Amino acid sequence: MSETLKVKTMAEFMAEGKQPEILFWVGSAGSYDDRAKKITKAFVKILNAANVDFAVLGQEESSTGDIAKRAGNEFLFQMQAVMNIELLNGYEIKKIVTCDPHSYNCIKNEYPSLGGSYQVFHHTQYIKDLIASGRLKVSGDTYKGKRITFHDPCYLGRANNEYNAPREVLQNTKANLVEMKRHKSTALCCGAGGAQMFKEPEKGDKDINILRTEDALETNPNIIATGCPYCNTMMTDGIKAKEKEAEIEVLDIAELIANTGNL
Amino acid sequence: MTYLPNILFAITLIIGIGYFTKNVKKLIRNIKLGHDVDASNNKSQRWKNVINIALGQSKMVRRPISGLLHVVVYVGFIIINIEVLEIIIDGLFGTHRIGLKVLPVSVYGFLIGTFEILACLVLITVIVFWIRRNVLKLARFMKSEMTGWPKTDGNLILYFEVVLMTLFLVMNATDVEFQSLNTGNVISQYIAPWFSGLTEGTLHIIERGAWWLHIIGILIFLNYLYFSKHLHIILAFPNVYFGGLNPQGQFNNLDAVTKEVKLMMDPDADPFAAPAEGAEDDIPAKFGASDVQDLSQIQLLNAYTCTECGRCTSACPANLTGKKLSPRKIMMDTRDRLEEVGKNIDANNGEFKDDGKQLLGDYITAEELWACTTCNACVEECPVSINPLSIILDMRRYLVMEQSAAPSELNNMMSNIENNGAPWPYNQMDRLNWKDE
Repeated sequence: MSETLKVKTMAEFMAEGKQPEILFWVGSAGSYDDRAKKITKAFVKILNAANVDFAVLGQEESSTGDIAKRAGNEFLFQMQAVMNIELLNGYEIKKIVTCDPHSYNCIKNEYPSLGGSYQVFHHTQYIKDLIASGRLKVSGDTYKGKRITFHDPCYLGRANNEYNAPREVLQNTKANLVEMKRHKSTALCCGAGGAQMFKEPEKGDKDINILRTEDALETNPNIIATGCPYCNTMMTDGIKAKEKEAEIEVLDIAELIANTGNL
Repeated sequence: MTYLPNILFAITLIIGIGYFTKNVKKLIRNIKLGHDVDASNNKSQRWKNVINIALGQSKMVRRPISGLLHVVVYVGFIIINIEVLEIIIDGLFGTHRIGLKVLPVSVYGFLIGTFEILACLVLITVIVFWIRRNVLKLARFMKSEMTGWPKTDGNLILYFEVVLMTLFLVMNATDVEFQSLNTGNVISQYIAPWFSGLTEGTLHIIERGAWWLHIIGILIFLNYLYFSKHLHIILAFPNVYFGGLNPQGQFNNLDAVTKEVKLMMDPDADPFAAPAEGAEDDIPAKFGASDVQDLSQIQLLNAYTCTECGRCTSACPANLTGKKLSPRKIMMDTRDRLEEVGKNIDANNGEFKDDGKQLLGDYITAEELWACTTCNACVEECPVSINPLSIILDMRRYLVMEQSAAPSELNNMMSNIENNGAPWPYNQMDRLNWKDE
């Protein structure tokens, strides 16, 4: 296990007069949320292992405004977007990778008309490319023969039609990928989207994450794989509510790959 | 006197088509109450969508049972309607089965035979549809918005189809001349014996009766469309053409907001400067939507197109977990309110008079709007490219930007973003702490 993470900020690159290969957009969850920080670090381990010359914005990064937009606050969204775009364009950023499908969707689709056009990758897409180009070698039997079910994040799947990258990457764990009844374009939301993460749900007869956890439990999995920090929280809570946390782990694909490669 | 049937027929046709045209004009006027959107881009993709999604029913068959049943009724409807052409010509010119005069008997027989088989299949399918709604009571037809008129409407359409298909088959079965040709009477030959005891004169009367009722039925059905959910048989095509082409996750950026934000961020901008010539026209009366006039013409077309199948609602995570939100109800409410506004305009000489009501609150509640996870399941499901999510978002925008009426937790989240660039109250200086933890 490599102990230290190599993480350089954009400001440091600038001071050295260099450009990174790609900017890692950490996102608010990945920066502050204890569970999501583990995903961030797992992804950094992968980037380090593949010798990717990446940068983060560090203290200069700010919310994409995605949540504000979905809550209806277009002003706040555009303020955040314009600020971020000014920063990104100032650093002449061309490529961005993020572990958060919401940031991915927002920067990729909603920033261009405000002046910010970049090539944006979800981390599963980027990991897929790293493996395909031979830069990242993942071999290990950590998850060999385990049953993994992948929960499609709405903002990667339906929102951007990316269903294959996460599944292809998961093949490298040598686990058995089992699909839930509702998967890919018919996948059920974890319940966190559209700013729901930050409020109590409306009155109903069940929480959405519980219903989605039941979908996952039907596949009798050892692991529920996620590709979004918010989905991860919702599914983890669901597993706890079902008192299955001793048997079933909820892990991001970055963590599964980092663990498989013993990075 | 010999021309009396022809004249009667022409009058019936003129009334039937005339009244329909009048309502179509009203429908277009109502849709134009929405604001204009530019959908002139990417015409080739738009036509491809019309061919695949509308004509080709590609999204219908994602649910194979209802999808294939629907294809039967759809194909049957379109093809059997070729027969209407013959009926109209016969009716206007006093001919009988003009097709036999212009086509070889074998071709005519093949056509009518095909219509008969389709009519029979449509009959069976419609009965299955009726059973699904009334006996099996499929969950999506039993939601709270599907009581009263919407439920009756769904059944009435099925009854219409049964009557029209039966009349078509009876008309053929009692046409002595047609039966004697013994070509094309694939189904009707088995119905003809039911009338075997009757004289030729009586048979002729039944045949004429069925013929007249069939065409009158079709005209009534045509005019029923405007008052029913069934407009989709026409509007599905333009609606799919105008459907979204961007990734589903991409929500529109409000231009009016962009202008204000750019102004705020521009250090050289003079906040007290007089607006440029014509600039006032660009600033909307309000941000977001509280009533149908604030929605776009495409969103209003969406509302008229919705046939209340409920696939959206049956995939909606909020609805599946017992919340009040139903994307189908969003579309039904939008249409109902639009119709109300249209009637108001009719009653007040073309001018809308404030009726103290609006879409927000009187039809769609804030509770429904805040239950949405913006997951796009409804958009993905809709077989005719309706986007209920865009209406939900526009109404949230109104709640937040015009009324500051977001749930208090969301207000906290938003002030956190404003103050420290994250939805949680953490210091922006701590953003990189994870590196060393």
